[in-house]
Amino acid sequence: MIESLELNTKSKDEDYNILNLGPTHPATHGVFQNILKMDGEIIHDATSTIGYIHRAFEKIAEHRPFYQITPLTDRLNYCSSPINNMGWHMTVEKLLGVETPKRVDYMRVIIMELARIADHLVCNAVIGVDTGALTGFTYMFQWREKIYDIYEQVCGARLTTNIGRIGGLERDFTPECIRLIREFLNDFPKYFDEFAGLLERNRIFMDRIINVGPISAERALNYGFTGPNLRAAGVDYDVRVMNPYSSYQDFDFTIPLGTQGDTYDRFMVRQHEIRESLKIITQALENLPEGKFFADVPDFFLPPKQEVYNNMEALIFHFKIIMGEATVPVGEVYHSVEGGNGELGFYMVSDGGRAPYRLHFRRPCFIAYQAYPEMIKGSMLSDAILTMSSMNIIAGELDA
Amino acid sequence: MVNIDNEYILTEITNQFGDKLYSSYEPYGLLTIEFDKNSIKDLLSFLYNHQELQMQFLTDVCGTHYPDVKGKEIGVIYHIHSLINNVRLRVKCYMPIENPSIDSATFLFSSANWQERETFDFYGVNFVGHLNLKRILNADEMDYFPMRKEYPLEDGTRTDKDDSYFGR
Repeated sequence: MIESLELNTKSKDEDYNILNLGPTHPATHGVFQNILKMDGEIIHDATSTIGYIHRAFEKIAEHRPFYQITPLTDRLNYCSSPINNMGWHMTVEKLLGVETPKRVDYMRVIIMELARIADHLVCNAVIGVDTGALTGFTYMFQWREKIYDIYEQVCGARLTTNIGRIGGLERDFTPECIRLIREFLNDFPKYFDEFAGLLERNRIFMDRIINVGPISAERALNYGFTGPNLRAAGVDYDVRVMNPYSSYQDFDFTIPLGTQGDTYDRFMVRQHEIRESLKIITQALENLPEGKFFADVPDFFLPPKQEVYNNMEALIFHFKIIMGEATVPVGEVYHSVEGGNGELGFYMVSDGGRAPYRLHFRRPCFIAYQAYPEMIKGSMLSDAILTMSSMNIIAGELDA
Repeated sequence: MVNIDNEYILTEITNQFGDKLYSSYEPYGLLTIEFDKNSIKDLLSFLYNHQELQMQFLTDVCGTHYPDVKGKEIGVIYHIHSLINNVRLRVKCYMPIENPSIDSATFLFSSANWQERETFDFYGVNFVGHLNLKRILNADEMDYFPMRKEYPLEDGTRTDKDDSYFGR
């Protein structure tokens, strides 16, 4: 049940205090500015100012070959870079009409779900921090590091991963990588349950975040919410199920739902999604098909380095790919993946040139964050902080 | 129960709007229509309130710029999604660059608010009926629309970089 707070409207504007929250406030985890109109400790009105780390990615993308756009997508939602990278690669594959082998799909699913776990872990651990429970945060960041160790085995990088290639992955999973994933699947649930035990049914924690920053399903849909934020409000829209990509239809998992879209529901939806992701990774790893780790697209998939140095054709392809000289079909394509916090869409118009004619990122944070003033109106200042961290607004994705 | 597919959507729109629908095609299976920009409000409400379609989720709004197509330089592109039927629709409206203006979708979708501000910010499209149409990602003092094709990516006065070998 959502209680609406009655606001006492004051007659004169001078009766309110103006509070400038941000852009570099330690409690907002990123560059966010909100100008709040305060009545004592109650927020009467809010205006969000964004764009502090705008880097013109869409303009840059119009001047770069496809491979050079992948690092840009890293820097959108930097808590789950691999999902962005693979979303972009899949967009290009859709444009080119590339069929990826099953093994590639499963490998991608494993990495994407690891990324989702990392993303949700950070968000939920930070909700704990904002309510004053630092312990869970330090525990869970240890496990995020373990996930980063797996990325490191796959692609060599940790945070901004630039993982994968158009048509597949840069290399097959090494035995060490498989071992790390198995170790993670084996050890993590125990520690995660401990973290859940700290917070999920903790009376103090529940009292603190239930009914904080609620949004109804109708408003959430109207505001274009997607991902955990929408599902917390009770709408079962998940791109993985609705428009399966990368063989998600092969896996058995459920979509956790909340009921009233408040901070506690968002927290719980993410908690359960972590458990579902673990299930998906287990299934993918057990049923990992044999085969190649790349599709047959020599014009886009970089040849292995040994061949580049010793083989004329491989060298030519290497240069063609790096310089973006391969032929690209003319057309337009929209592809979306379930990112860390919602439907991450790529709308690309190609005119056959080396760079996209137009590339637009549908960034879930950007679209969801405009509801923020409405969600915090009438609540306390400290609740506003919690609402923001539970929406998992990432500044990089917000501003692109 | 009718079968909701691209053909059905197209028939419904054609029956309702006739010649306001300029053209339609299906790149990669996503129905794309070019529509009269003066009637975009009617189209969006029609799709929103349609008994069967229920296209009530605005996925995305963005702009484009084609300098060579005279009279239709600036485009606004809507991606609409029906979550009930899981069908998507892409609507394109083109307008001349001298006075790019189109009705705002904020009367129906709250999510259009910032997306239209973004489109205004980068392409200078005037969304009529938008209550707070000002720049969102760029600085307020900016006096041009940076995503239009005539603006170079980098400051042209720099001499320390030679990108000509890289085709930029």
